[in-house]
This record gives sequence, C-alpha cells and structure tokens, in this order.
Amino acid sequence: MAYTVDKSLAQQLAATASGNTVTHDVMVGIVDDIIKTLHGDINATDIKVYKQLQELKNMIDSTRLELANLSPNDITEEHISLAADQLDEIVRHTEEATSKILDAAETVQNVAGSLDAANADKLNAAVTTIYEASNFQDITGQRITKVVKTLQIIEDRLNTMVVALGGEIKKSINGAGGKRLSAADINKPDTLMNGPQLPGSGINQDDIDALFDSL
Amino acid sequence: MSVNKAMNILIVDDYKTMLRIVRNLLKQIGFDNVDEAEDGTAAFAKLQTKDYGLVISDWNMLPMSGYDLLVKVRADAKLKEMPFILVTAESKTENVIAAKKAGVNNYIVKPFNAQTLQMKMMAVLGPF
Repeated sequence: MAYTVDKSLAQQLAATASGNTVTHDVMVGIVDDIIKTLHGDINATDIKVYKQLQELKNMIDSTRLELANLSPNDITEEHISLAADQLDEIVRHTEEATSKILDAAETVQNVAGSLDAANADKLNAAVTTIYEASNFQDITGQRITKVVKTLQIIEDRLNTMVVALGGEIKKSINGAGGKRLSAADINKPDTLMNGPQLPGSGINQDDIDALFDSL
Repeated sequence: MSVNKAMNILIVDDYKTMLRIVRNLLKQIGFDNVDEAEDGTAAFAKLQTKDYGLVISDWNMLPMSGYDLLVKVRADAKLKEMPFILVTAESKTENVIAAKKAGVNNYIVKPFNAQTLQMKMMAVLGPF
C-alpha cells in the first residue's frame, strides 16, 4: 500500500536535512511523527517498520542517558580546564627555571672574562652548553601549546555533542604558555605553522641543508 | 671581504628565553650589537629605523610570522638584500621549500647548537 506523509512532517524533515546537527528532541519528534503517519491497514511490514522505529527511539534515549552519565559538562568545564591550567603552570615554571639558569650562566660568563685564557675557555664552553640546552624551553612551550589546541578541539566536539542532545553548556577556552588562544587562532588556516615535529615526522638539520642546497 | 663584527643584528622571537639564548650565543662568537623584536611586525618597524647587517628570526609567531616578515622584507626596495636566517622548530619539508622560495638565506632547525649557528652565519655572511 502507499503511505502519505504529513505536510508538517515533510517540512520538518527538509529543515533537518539542511541543518548541521539534529537535536535529540527533533529526532524523537520525527520518529514519533513517522509512526503517526502510518495510516491504513497494518500489515507485517508495517509492524516491522514500527518496531525498528521504536528501537531507534529507544536507542536515542539510551545514548542520551549514557552520555549524560559521562557528565560531559564536567569534562569540558572541569577536567579540560584543569588540564590546561596544569599545562600553563608547566610552561610558567620551566620559563622561570630557565631564566634562573641563564642568570647563573651569564654570571659565569662574566667571571670567565677575568680569568686566564685556558680557564676562561673551559668556562665559556660550559656556558655555551648551558645556552644550547636551554633551547628546550621554547620547544617544550610549543609542544604544550599543541596539546592545548588538541584539548580545545575535544572540548568543542563535546560541546557540539551536548548541545545536540538538548543540553546547554558553558564555553571554557584555555591556552598555555601565557598565550590564551581564541577560536580564530585554532582555526587559523596557516598550514605552515605546524610547530615541533615528533621524532620521525620532521626532517633534521642535515636533511634541511641537503634540501636547501638542492632548491 | 671580512665580516664586520660591529654590525647590528636583529633577532626575532616571541619567546624571551630564546632571544636571550641567541643574544648570548652571538656574544660568544663576537657579535655584541644585537637588537630584539618579539614578532614580525615589531621587527619590520625596527628594520625601518636602523641599519642591520643580519636578521635571525623565528617562524612561529603571531600576528606576523617570521615567514611573513621574510616576504615583507624581500618586497621592500630598501631591505630586499637583507641577509635573513630562519631559526625555527618548523622542520617539515614544505616549510623549507616555502622559505627558500621566499628568499631566505639559510634555515636552522631548533633545537640548535652554537656551532650550527656560527656555520650558518658564515655561510651567509662569509668567514669570520
């Protein structure tokens, strides 16, 4: 037999198809409306479709309950914020420590100037090693900023999911290293600002030199 | 022609620690006249007001990156010949290619050591 679709349901489906997200309430409403449109004699196929729709509705309710139990609000408002704050502290402490190390190294370098050449060379070599090793602070800061960006993406996805399920949550965007990141920063379409690479992902100085010379 | 160690060098990085490290390493190899800028915009403003013999810049900075600064320098009639070295954590092939095409004189990947800095400066400026 042929079914008819209510005009209001057709409009609802069209509006939903054009949107980016479908909320729980909208989905349940559509399922309910579809069930109501099943007019006429009920045969075995109708019953099967009805059962499947009922199962779909139950699954949506179950998923909503499971996600509510995960407390996504706590994840975004508490855990992710806490993690970002901890990362901020790591950056701040390493920056402070590096600054003190450099203070000491500069003092040693100045004292070296008053010593005989042999001892001055030894101290200057040690100071150079300290300066070189202090590079870590910059690299660490950039890596942590990358982690914070990842946390922000997770937070955004969770927010989208919670909104789709009918809840409302507050936004809590955090950055690290004294650089609070805006959504615009995260989405900045600069594919050449990738930051430090993990071992095996980037190329080393020798590779860069070879590439540079070949261009 | 010998390198004038009294020349002005502009170092550009948004991490103050890195500015301090590069400044100290330059001092150790005999370059004392070093100015600092915290991003490309500040660096370009300084380049307009003082004569520099070399720019050593980080890449990853906002609002103007080291790459953007390089492009702007190369497009400037007065600054287009300025020796320019990028010192950056950006170690992807596409970064090196883009920098080379934009006219960078040399490219150092972080973390780097004093010897690498000196060698790259000599490659750009000549032996010293």
